[in-house]
Amino acid sequence: MMVIKLATKEQIELTVNGQFYEVVVKTTESLLDVLRNQLGLTGAKKGCNVGECGACTVIIDGMAVRSCLVLAVTANGKSITTIEGLAEGGDLHPLQEAFLQYGATQCGFCTPGFILSAKALLDENPSPSDEEIKRAIEGNLCRCTGYTSIIEAIRAVAGSSKKK
Amino acid sequence: MKEYSVIGRPIPQVDSVSKITGRVKYVNDFVIPGMLHGKILGSPYAHARIMRIDTTKAEQLPGVRAVVTARDFPMVKFGIPGLEDELAFATDKVRRYGEAVAAVAAIDEATAEEALDLIDVEYKELPVVLDVEEAMKPEAPKVHEHAKNNIGFEVHHHIGNVEQAFKESDYIREDRFETPMALGASLGPRCSIADYDPISNQMTLYTDDVRPHLQLLGLARILGISEKKLRVIRPIVAGSFGNKGLIYEVCLPAAFLSMKCGQPVRIERTREEEFVHTRSVQPVVTYFKTGVKKDGTLVAMECRHLGNSGAYLAMGPRAVLINVGVFDVLFRCPNVKFDGYVIYTNTIPCGALRGISNRALNFGQQCHLDMLARDLGMDVVDFFLKNARQKGDITSARWKLDSCGIKECIQEATKASGWKEKRGRLPATRGIGFAAAGHCAGSRYGSDLSTALVEVDDLGSVRVISGRADAGQGSGTMITMCVAEELGLDVEDITINEITDTWFVPWEPGNYASRGTIQQGNAALSAARDVKHQLFKVVAKKLGTTPNQLEAGNKHIFIKGSPDKNVSFLSAVKEYRDSGKQMPLVGRGYYDPPTEDLDRNTGEGNFSIAYGFSIQIAEVEVDIETGKVTVLKVIAAHDCGKVINPLILNGQSEGSISMAIGTALFEEISYSEEGKVLQTSYADYRLPSVWQETESDTIWVESIDPHGPYGAKGITEVIAIPATAAIANAVYDAIGVRIKKTPLLPWKILHGLKEKNRV
Repeated sequence: MMVIKLATKEQIELTVNGQFYEVVVKTTESLLDVLRNQLGLTGAKKGCNVGECGACTVIIDGMAVRSCLVLAVTANGKSITTIEGLAEGGDLHPLQEAFLQYGATQCGFCTPGFILSAKALLDENPSPSDEEIKRAIEGNLCRCTGYTSIIEAIRAVAGSSKKK
Repeated sequence: MKEYSVIGRPIPQVDSVSKITGRVKYVNDFVIPGMLHGKILGSPYAHARIMRIDTTKAEQLPGVRAVVTARDFPMVKFGIPGLEDELAFATDKVRRYGEAVAAVAAIDEATAEEALDLIDVEYKELPVVLDVEEAMKPEAPKVHEHAKNNIGFEVHHHIGNVEQAFKESDYIREDRFETPMALGASLGPRCSIADYDPISNQMTLYTDDVRPHLQLLGLARILGISEKKLRVIRPIVAGSFGNKGLIYEVCLPAAFLSMKCGQPVRIERTREEEFVHTRSVQPVVTYFKTGVKKDGTLVAMECRHLGNSGAYLAMGPRAVLINVGVFDVLFRCPNVKFDGYVIYTNTIPCGALRGISNRALNFGQQCHLDMLARDLGMDVVDFFLKNARQKGDITSARWKLDSCGIKECIQEATKASGWKEKRGRLPATRGIGFAAAGHCAGSRYGSDLSTALVEVDDLGSVRVISGRADAGQGSGTMITMCVAEELGLDVEDITINEITDTWFVPWEPGNYASRGTIQQGNAALSAARDVKHQLFKVVAKKLGTTPNQLEAGNKHIFIKGSPDKNVSFLSAVKEYRDSGKQMPLVGRGYYDPPTEDLDRNTGEGNFSIAYGFSIQIAEVEVDIETGKVTVLKVIAAHDCGKVINPLILNGQSEGSISMAIGTALFEEISYSEEGKVLQTSYADYRLPSVWQETESDTIWVESIDPHGPYGAKGITEVIAIPATAAIANAVYDAIGVRIKKTPLLPWKILHGLKEKNRV
């Protein structure tokens, strides 16, 4: 009987937060696990591992994606932004600053995911409506804040003067 | 009103920067070199005898380092003292779906999971009972042999004579309500790493529990390890809401596995496991009977409270004991009868969720009284004002209300919501509803002691050491602000330990029962005053005065009334050193309030030094085609004693209202006939998403509690309770449909409308 053995490991190249990495990954491994376990970037969180909570959100080629649903091998050659890549030098990104000032982070577990979803939105659409803001973060769950302060923080950075 | 420099400022939480940069490390992020990965084998049946367990094949799987069952270690029963009924691993019987039967540690999670499949367990299924009233019938399956009619615990609190009072009532109303289990469902799943060194017999446990010092005591007993050899390390917690308090289900298997193989073992629950295994507020059935005079004066209040404690008592007894006092914390009533039963079923054991079983009692009581007021033709607000408790009241459970802002909260909320204008005048399908809640801000269980240290180094940097848990609610920031105010410094001059390590951090039972603000705040203030006292002694000498003539403010220490006669805080620290004191400058503090334990038979006792209150009014719109309820707005007035940090408090209020909306409209844990949990993902268990973000206005009433730091008292539970009933009352106001079991799902609304139109 012939036994077909599938390749279980592959070497891939990732650029994360502007830094180049060569990593050997299992073909079944998610990008989330590679980021956390191999690259030590623990800002992306494992909240559900099935793409329902958004805590694992990262940005790939400008798009906010659930890294738990991305097979690491399919990210080969891609440019990825995680929360660790947002602050430039000693300065916080405006979204981070806004989350701080509006009290939009409480336990903090969902925070990186929200900030990256918001960044992906604002990089493409600098003046979104409230509807567009909500659509951009509808895949991110938060249990602590009730979302009000999060929306206010994003709106403040978007420069919208529209009050509820 | 006194002016404060720090208290009252809306500053971000002191650990926020690490959260927005992704630098903060939860226990889920910890890596201990050489750590193995563990998985727990749960029973596939809700009720069964274990006939045989064979772990041989699992042990032989390459990559497996340890397999543990009840056979490997002495199984010590744990639970309520005198009523211990639970084991780390099942021995002869499993009593709920998913009960731990074995555990595996392997080089990675995939191998551990594969090994679970290789553990051969033979079960003999037993009949299952899930419903609390079914379980009380004589013919019901017995969950525990010792519990007649599956009643594991009961409490009876009888004041006055309700039978006589009912005879004298002008009107009596009776209702039955039911609430299922709802979860905190915080984004961070439970995780523990146990690291046992067999040479020194030392166990180090990395945990996400909000009560590490108490966890240590419990674990020492269960594991058979001396308390001196146990060390619990707990970083920032990824949300708890009561679900992560003194629960052993993840750390016990990890600890036993580590003891078996002498290597660190990490267990992190998957999201599916979180839904199956989280212990939270128990399902409760409540029967209310209330008698009033025709002007609405309360004459008799009766409640029969059936708590579904699941397979083990766990927190069930504590929950019902607290509800004795909750029952009449809001109202003056001369005759009160509360009978609480904690009943075993083949479901998940009882835990806590923000308000513990007050959540369940409140839903029923606030809906019941809304209906009672309507029957009398009274505005429910007037009914509440007529009967509301006031400052100075002592309730029938002996709860002392040394501060009480119920009436002020009612007035503020009704004014802000336009209650009088809207009540009965909203368009069809729109409604407005009212509810109130009261809860403890402390909890005596033997003691309610918190301790703290404040250290000052030679550079004048101040460090607070406190075992408080930060799970998002901001206790560390509250403590930092209090210490800053006391020492006359800025928040930036103070740091507080992020990690609680039981080796270095003095005794702290943890964050539960909203005890943080008063107990932990006061302990930190006590330590800060100790530092101040030591500094004042040397400064008084330098300035030629006595310590009681000094004051701290603006980073200086100065003579009262003569602020130009001062030394800077830093100079004072230097002065302390130069005066021959080489000892580290450390302030020690503690606070243990003069409260009582709850009586085990009656539930009576002033077990908290203060009580917080929340009044909420909800406006809803009901779509009568789809049954969907939209909450348009919630107005909340909370009595928090004193606002220490409005940014944090407002965030708490918004999050609490969101959680209560979830409880009202979407959330429940339910079971199949065989006792399997039906909600196993965020797709099934519908937390509010951003589309359910609801407009809210929060008013803070400052009743200035005499015991709390700067008058403040803890409120993170009480503010999360009443919106659920307010929404249900608003739905009734809108469409005349009364739903007596949460959540108010669309099919229940449509069913109710159909029934109503039939009548």
